[in-house]
Amino acid sequence: MPRGHHDLGGTPAGPIDRTEHQLDDWEILADAVNQALGAKGIRRTDELRRAREQMDSGLYRALSYYERWIASLETILIEKKILTKEEIDRKVTALEAKWGEP
Amino acid sequence: MSLAVGKYKAGDRVRVRTDDRPGHVRTPYYVRGKNGWVERVYGEFLNPESLGHGGDGLPQRPLYLVGFHQNEVWGEYRPLGRDKLFVDIFEHWLDPA
Amino acid sequence: MSADHGAGAEAVESKHERPKHELSAHAKRVYAIRDLLLEKGVLTKNDIQEQVEYMEARTPANGARLVVRAWVDAGFKKRLLADPKAACAEMGIDATSLNEFVVLENTEKVRHLVVCTLCSCYPRPILGRPPDWYKSLNYRARAVNDPRGVMREFGNEVPDDVEIRVHDSTADMRYLVLPLRPKGTEGMSEEELQRLVIRDSLIGVVDPLPAVPKQ
Repeated sequence: MPRGHHDLGGTPAGPIDRTEHQLDDWEILADAVNQALGAKGIRRTDELRRAREQMDSGLYRALSYYERWIASLETILIEKKILTKEEIDRKVTALEAKWGEP
Repeated sequence: MSLAVGKYKAGDRVRVRTDDRPGHVRTPYYVRGKNGWVERVYGEFLNPESLGHGGDGLPQRPLYLVGFHQNEVWGEYRPLGRDKLFVDIFEHWLDPA
Repeated sequence: MSADHGAGAEAVESKHERPKHELSAHAKRVYAIRDLLLEKGVLTKNDIQEQVEYMEARTPANGARLVVRAWVDAGFKKRLLADPKAACAEMGIDATSLNEFVVLENTEKVRHLVVCTLCSCYPRPILGRPPDWYKSLNYRARAVNDPRGVMREFGNEVPDDVEIRVHDSTADMRYLVLPLRPKGTEGMSEEELQRLVIRDSLIGVVDPLPAVPKQ
């Protein structure tokens, strides 16, 4: 079995970027929604990890930290039939209209 | 955290298995097949391999703090010396060495 | 979005205003997910707000307090190493949501470094969110096979005769480094000492700040 894209220990890597960023609203929200779902027992930490491990490897490397959380959270919520991809898509479209797409 | 559980005790030499299991595992690739020792017995914990796929994580499995010499894990590790690496590993990933 | 904005929604959205239509596709989806979960009653606004406040209340200052108390009080240090969660309770630090908590003591001859190569496990209930670099792919890759190189990047040159012990947090344990007390700090107050215990010294990549020489 190929090594998981998340299993990074000892893989070739470059210098460490030490810049830190203040969290944007959406990141704070991602963190809070994730933790709230955990607190209610709706999702286990290991389920989220597994979803991240299963995502497309290119996507794993391309997404930022909280984007990966959101993607894996969506996977788990859909798996558990709490939400569907279609209704999330519809809601995004509705929000974009409200936010005023240029 | 019960301590008197499982096959191994602090000081036992162990080798990490090279199992190639699919699914969610928490034993990193870089220690598989490596020899180390049990540094601490942590007690029993829910199995992440079950939890990751919606299981209940039972039965709980013994978990150990396993120590390795860096010079033995990585061929090119320098300096040659006492640097060590510690990983939390479940009993079902360990064989006696 | 529902018309009745509760305190939860406003509190999250007031901090860093950025036009939402400029967000990435994934970032936008979290708002959709949040709204749907609220609409379906899976979560309440309070549930979310509680978590926002929980993380805001947790900072590296908690770690600094534990470390400094251990520096000045040998009995507390023993208790901290033997049962870190109980020691936190003693100091009024809420570590109850940590499954397991282990404190790693640095000495003249040993330095510890903590990483989670598989994701980003970190003692959040004590220290809050980890720094971006801790979560980075490069740190996760190199902390285990090149800790000295990593520490050097942070300006910390560790002599060859000092042993480095890297801990990869692969299970429920969360690790906190108890750094060595800097020399020349006798007589400093706990508050003054806490300023030396920077966050990165609790992860182990650097030592605490040195004592500022007296004028």
